[in-house]
Amino acid sequence: MESRNRGKMILIIKTNKESLHELEFVKPIEDILSKSKIEFKSIHYDNLTKKDLENSDKIVISGTSLKDNQFLEDLNKFEWIKEFQKPILGICSGMQIIGLTFGSKIKKQTEIGQQKISFKKEFLGLNSEVNVYMLHNNSINLPKDFVEFTDSKFPKAIKHKSKEIYGVLFHPEVFNKEMILNF
Amino acid sequence: MTIRVAVLFSGGKDSVYACYLAKKQGYNLNCLISLFSENKYSYMFHTPSIEKTKKQAEVMNLPLLIQKTKGEKEKELLDLKKAIEKAKKKYKIQGIVTGAIQSVYQASRIQKICNELDLECFNPLWQKDEENYLEELIKNKFKIILSGVFAYPLDETWVLREINDKFIKEIKELNKKYKIHIAGEGGEFETFVLDCPLFSRKLKIKSSKISGEKNSWKAEIEVK
Repeated sequence: MESRNRGKMILIIKTNKESLHELEFVKPIEDILSKSKIEFKSIHYDNLTKKDLENSDKIVISGTSLKDNQFLEDLNKFEWIKEFQKPILGICSGMQIIGLTFGSKIKKQTEIGQQKISFKKEFLGLNSEVNVYMLHNNSINLPKDFVEFTDSKFPKAIKHKSKEIYGVLFHPEVFNKEMILNF
Repeated sequence: MTIRVAVLFSGGKDSVYACYLAKKQGYNLNCLISLFSENKYSYMFHTPSIEKTKKQAEVMNLPLLIQKTKGEKEKELLDLKKAIEKAKKKYKIQGIVTGAIQSVYQASRIQKICNELDLECFNPLWQKDEENYLEELIKNKFKIILSGVFAYPLDETWVLREINDKFIKEIKELNKKYKIHIAGEGGEFETFVLDCPLFSRKLKIKSSKISGEKNSWKAEIEVK
């Protein structure tokens, strides 16, 4: 599975407002890629350029802390997602950003800690009962043209019907590291 | 603008390194919070002696907020919340920093408390790769000793040992053979920091008394 991403350039787009949160929400993803010798570059959405998007093969939008909602004020900086043709994986706030870009509404919904979720069909290597780590105060409803893969009250793993745009509300960098390599 | 933070502090390598990382990124450390559990099998907290933690706070030039707890499973969480509330009031902190690496039990409970108290929560060691962690500590001039060991085949000869290249080599061998976690994340050993760049001076061991049995040994350390 790892060979899928060999030689590819992954762009990690950071959504955290506080720099100290990088070690918690970005570094673990970087470590997973490093260990598999996958090339990557990390950049905050504030500093993202067209060139960064052009030069990457795939994009991961990383998550942020429970209290950090700065990205909700900056959704205009994610307009490019709508037209983007390469694969994107949004994690937690990243999934919320994808949803909101495609017309979802945000809703207050807090989940903190470990939980079992059940997948209706295979999602980036995850199937049936899976242990995941949740850390969010908000969720989104299913955006138009997206499919929900889990058996949950609100979307926890989604994919665009025709594009390779994925979103997970949980943090795969904690319990589901292989999922990031399968993307 | 940097925010004011308090660090959940046990005096072991993880919480001191979390202080170091926060400070390095320009965060204002405003106080340390230590919980002292009367239960040595506490679910949440290491159980160092109060006096030596006080000494560390002193050489870090930071106030230490001490909260005692009986160490009963859910009650100690209430005590932790109480301590964090006190820090919020007294030191006007806006966030909590922890040294959590792997423990989802510990991390998610602290996340919940911070969320309830409207505080940011920082875990700068979260999911840290244990492979090179100890080397990183040495490189950053951390002088760390083992204050206790709690897993086979570690015995009293490991207590008070310094984490240096020789230690890393041996613990990596034990990791291969016995699955001892290299950084002691599974509770295999506890550490105490004697010196690091945040300390105004090195702490010296004044006296120590090792006690225990089989594969559970602890040192009562007095530092000056």
